[in-house]
Amino acid sequence: MTPDQTSDQARGPAGRQDGAGPRFTRTEDEQQTGAVIGSAGGRTTGGSSRRRRPGGRRRHGPGAETMVEEAEFTSYYGRAVVKPAPWELDIPAYLFSGGLAAGTAMIAAAADLTGRPGLRRGSRLGSLAAVAFSGATLVHDLGKPSRFAYMLRVAKLTSPMSVGTWILTAFAPGAGVAGVAEVLDLVPEDRRGRLLGTAHALSRLVARPANLWAALFGPPLAAYTAVLLSDTATPTWHESYRELPFVFVSSALAASSGWGMIVAPLAEIDPLRRLAIGAALVEIGAERRMEHSLGIAAEPLHEGRAGQLMRASAVLTVAGAAGAAFGGRSRVVSALAGAALMAGSACTRFGIFHAGIESAKDPKYTVLPQRERLEREGPTRHPE
Amino acid sequence: MNPTQNAGYPGNHPPRKGFFTDTSICIGCKACEVACKEWNDVPADHFDMTGTSYDNSHSLNANQWRHVAFIEQPKRMGAQDPGMDPPTAPPTDLGMPTVGLPDAQDGVAGELGEKPDFRWLMSSDVCKHCTHAACLDVCPTGSLFRSEFGTVVVQDDICNGCGYCVAACPFGVIDRRKGPDRAKNVGIAQKCTLCYDRMGAGQTPACAQSCPTQSIQYGDLDELRERANTRVAQLHDAGIMDARLYGNEPEDGVGGTGAFFLLLDEPEVYGLPPDPVVTTRDLPHMFHRASAAAAGMLAAVAIAFVGRKS
Repeated sequence: MTPDQTSDQARGPAGRQDGAGPRFTRTEDEQQTGAVIGSAGGRTTGGSSRRRRPGGRRRHGPGAETMVEEAEFTSYYGRAVVKPAPWELDIPAYLFSGGLAAGTAMIAAAADLTGRPGLRRGSRLGSLAAVAFSGATLVHDLGKPSRFAYMLRVAKLTSPMSVGTWILTAFAPGAGVAGVAEVLDLVPEDRRGRLLGTAHALSRLVARPANLWAALFGPPLAAYTAVLLSDTATPTWHESYRELPFVFVSSALAASSGWGMIVAPLAEIDPLRRLAIGAALVEIGAERRMEHSLGIAAEPLHEGRAGQLMRASAVLTVAGAAGAAFGGRSRVVSALAGAALMAGSACTRFGIFHAGIESAKDPKYTVLPQRERLEREGPTRHPE
Repeated sequence: MNPTQNAGYPGNHPPRKGFFTDTSICIGCKACEVACKEWNDVPADHFDMTGTSYDNSHSLNANQWRHVAFIEQPKRMGAQDPGMDPPTAPPTDLGMPTVGLPDAQDGVAGELGEKPDFRWLMSSDVCKHCTHAACLDVCPTGSLFRSEFGTVVVQDDICNGCGYCVAACPFGVIDRRKGPDRAKNVGIAQKCTLCYDRMGAGQTPACAQSCPTQSIQYGDLDELRERANTRVAQLHDAGIMDARLYGNEPEDGVGGTGAFFLLLDEPEVYGLPPDPVVTTRDLPHMFHRASAAAAGMLAAVAIAFVGRKS
């Protein structure tokens, strides 16, 4: 590698234009990158506008940029090899609300069993709202409700989306019934009337079993979304399959604890403090591990919008955990810590979503790891 | 593995059909692209210029089931024998205007052997119809299915447009149709069907039928593989050592593809992944990790609520 290739100038917009040609209309499916291209005779170093050491944060100072030699990289006019998922913001919103629904249902069941009525009510209501919202995001993503029903015509173990649909379909009625029971409970007795009175009496009977049922499906609901993302050819999502489930379940628990810390009486939220601190620690730890094992595919987690979201997520989660640990007897601090935990969880979901989309748009995240694997292990053999 | 058998077809299903695309004889005429659009009623789209190359049909996508890549390389052309005998008699002068290289004499294009220090690679890309097809595995509606010919086909009326197959394909083939307005099946996943309707009637798929150089060959996969091996050996004998097959190996990351290619350079030069692996190969590991995380979640809530009540 020559010195001029390592300078930022060579990878700057001007340098890139020399290679990629003048800018014309560019559609989604052929995003341009710095790699020049389609030429074995004129191989060149690929490059995003900013280069990072795999798995590490950007290092500052002279010399830091030359730590890792840029691998040789060829692509077809810088166009993407795999296609980014055609998903809008509905999907990360679903990842967040699904996790929140799962965690709050579990907390509500635990609060119910351990005699914490305020936390039980707040969590059941939160779970009801979250599951309704997550269903709405899914339908919005598909365009119309009937398309959701298409997914119920088969059950396929090889499709995390099919499995997830069935998990959600099992979870939602439980969370719904438990949530509706709390809503009916909120209506003053003298204003219930006959019909509502009967419904109320009935719902009190079934609320606990329904809640326990939902709590049983909470963990798979929170965890399957990680498999949903990982079971794609999107480099950053696929390569993170070892750690992503832990990131997602801890993120779900952090958000759900945060919700409880906002809505429940101060006297009932001590378990949530422990839960929030544990979840935050696991989330940060799993995220670090993930970045390490991702290699070059960790880069999108640090760049652009995904980078901002992931940084915000780390700050909010740590602040929320600190608030949970030291908030003590303050209602305001506990609620603020709870809000920070929820916001941190949302940032994690949106950050990982955006990072994956970006990793699919740049062919280097597809080509380079496969090239390295070929050199290390030879061609993949997959007999069955 | 026999994907057709694996999909549950009885023993008397037809042999697996596929494409062998020999890019060494592709002339980039795009007849395949046009024939595919005509036969399958794939809407014309992308009238914008890419501005980076002669390739203005962008990529394989919902409205482009065959895509001819044009690769411009500062590399000397191989001296392959086109397989045609040189003319025995001098060409008849028809008095037509001719074009030659700037330094060519008498307006005659460079003499044989004086080739420019430059070459084109042209390659017609298509859905690979993988043995282990990620799109088929992850489809939550059963809209994607394995045909009796071992190919992978989408059913428009069952697809719910979830887009999961788009992200799952390691080759970036399948896509959700975004437009143009008034086109049919907007919002639905679309890709090459290997002309399922023509195959069923014993016909050749439109692209292969229209290919003027037989760069696209259609037939029984076993026979195509044999033919491809012969062709590679022929090119190697001619000194074109870069010639290699892509997707023909039955035990590769996707179990071998139903549409495979003879390439003259590395796969990534053509926009193909160098070592694709079906995404669902790691699914058992993913399942174990997710189960562990889910169990951990349950345990965490239990532990947090157990103990001294304050």
